[in-house]
Amino acid sequence: MKVLKLILKNALRHKLRTTLTIFGISIAVIAFVLLRTVVTAWYAGVEASSANRLIVRQAISFIFPLPYAYKDKIASIPGVETVSFANWFQGVYIDKNQFFARLAVDAETVFDVYPEFLLTKSELENFRLERNSCILGQDIAKQYNLKIGDVMTIEGDIYPGRWNFVIRGIYRPRDNTTDATQMLFHWNYLDERMRQEAPVRAGDVGWYIVKIKDPNQSASISQQVDALFKNSRSETKTETERAFQQGFVQSTSAIITSMNVLSFVIIGIILLVLGNTMIMSARERTREFAVFKTLGFSTFHLTGLIGGESLLISALGGGLGLFLSFPIIEAFQTFIPKGFFPIFRVEPITIIFAIASALLIGLVAAIFPIQKALRTSIVEGFRFVG
Amino acid sequence: MSSIINIQNVSKSYWRDSLEIPVLNDITINVQEGDFLALMGPSGSGKTTLLNLIAGIDKPTKGTVIVADTDISKLGESALAKWRANSVGFIFQFYNLIPVLTAFENVELPLLLTKLSKERRKKQVETALSLVGLGDRMYHYPKQLSGGQEQRVAIARAIVTDPVILVADEPTGDLDRNSASEILILMERLNNEFKKTIIMVTHDPHAAEKAKQIRHLEKGDLV
Repeated sequence: MKVLKLILKNALRHKLRTTLTIFGISIAVIAFVLLRTVVTAWYAGVEASSANRLIVRQAISFIFPLPYAYKDKIASIPGVETVSFANWFQGVYIDKNQFFARLAVDAETVFDVYPEFLLTKSELENFRLERNSCILGQDIAKQYNLKIGDVMTIEGDIYPGRWNFVIRGIYRPRDNTTDATQMLFHWNYLDERMRQEAPVRAGDVGWYIVKIKDPNQSASISQQVDALFKNSRSETKTETERAFQQGFVQSTSAIITSMNVLSFVIIGIILLVLGNTMIMSARERTREFAVFKTLGFSTFHLTGLIGGESLLISALGGGLGLFLSFPIIEAFQTFIPKGFFPIFRVEPITIIFAIASALLIGLVAAIFPIQKALRTSIVEGFRFVG
Repeated sequence: MSSIINIQNVSKSYWRDSLEIPVLNDITINVQEGDFLALMGPSGSGKTTLLNLIAGIDKPTKGTVIVADTDISKLGESALAKWRANSVGFIFQFYNLIPVLTAFENVELPLLLTKLSKERRKKQVETALSLVGLGDRMYHYPKQLSGGQEQRVAIARAIVTDPVILVADEPTGDLDRNSASEILILMERLNNEFKKTIIMVTHDPHAAEKAKQIRHLEKGDLV
């Protein structure tokens, strides 16, 4: 018989209590992983942003457009490599509750400024040739079972009317932080129709995406862009893509902070659940610890027995929770619109956090019972009536 | 025969808040190697306390306790734990077996602290359990054994490391007459055949009759 076997036997002494504790820990770990995943998904846009991309938007608010005419002026600034632009189109595809980004983009430049959207050469050529074509992210194509050549009909809301797009490409994400849920189509197609149906809205773009040669020049180029349009009808605000994304996230910072706090409160709950089990377990065994001491088992041995049992329970609970987290997060994803959290998966850091927390809790929960067992003398231990 | 236990001017007091409660008063006693000593006395006379001091599970307030040439009253907790593992076998009134372990595993417990191989441990455990007549109950759990059988497992656990002395605190106190008799015969055999020095605390005059020497304690004094 080995000490590990003894730890296992002790842990399974009260099977129901141990099982409930393990389930309690696993549920808490699932909640922890889910919350952390939501928080990291929220920041996915920030993480995916590129250092050599600037975003130029209307200075007052993102919702106001900028003139198309700014494109060449921005491109003339030294250090600027490519200028692209986009419009938020929105619209409804099949179900208004199913959200994903639909953007009118500059077909000539969009894939130069977003090299993380991977297309084949023929897909790109076909897209550029056909005015009413579109490119889909692979996640959206998969979700709606769409393939190249299919027609996608979108009911416009910001831009009213029925809009038909032919799918000419399905992009794949280059990195695991790349959003694969976007639908991109020709800004020219949108602009032409606006000229016919709502001329006042023609010639407007939502924002510019500026690819710069040297990320170290971002502050200087941003200043130059904004200076260029100072006192114009549409003043600009230029910032790095990261700062732009952070601006979005910050608008919900109270929710994120609450989730962060809540995820750590859950760790506290696990600690209390396991701590309670270990204290009860150690109290019931006060006489046994006296026997162990009498037989010559040392402080080291008792610490190992109690700490090992606590670690075993926390590791089992943590492991089970982590194991169940993956299918639960998969299931959770089906209940939220695909485009709302384009990158929604358990990050390695979340797994590390969950494992480290479970093990740390296993150790911390054992401190009080160990202390009690070591402080109780053999004579007191034999007199103990539980 | 040489003296294996040498207790010189030992006193022991407990404290309840600021009140000192003397339990043993200036006790001096020698036990020869191979002796079988019964300590008798009424409840509260200090016999279990004296046994605890001899076994190194408690420390005297005053005086020295020398067992097998080691002054155990001067040993630290860690050294004392090692000394107990090597030198003393314990038999308790309520057996104190670990309920989640089989008879074999209970007896093996003290051997886990040694460097013996698994095979060697197995052999020693089987020998000890056969000696107490439980060779066929090795893989039974304590709850599957009778009181007498549990106490025999406890005796096997006490002798498995071949200790210098055996201490027994009311070993028959929780047993019926037949089982008690079997345990006493076993202890007598350990003393006579295997030359184990035994110190036994008991209330029972029949149990004490098996000892070679009987000492009485009253209100902390040897009489």
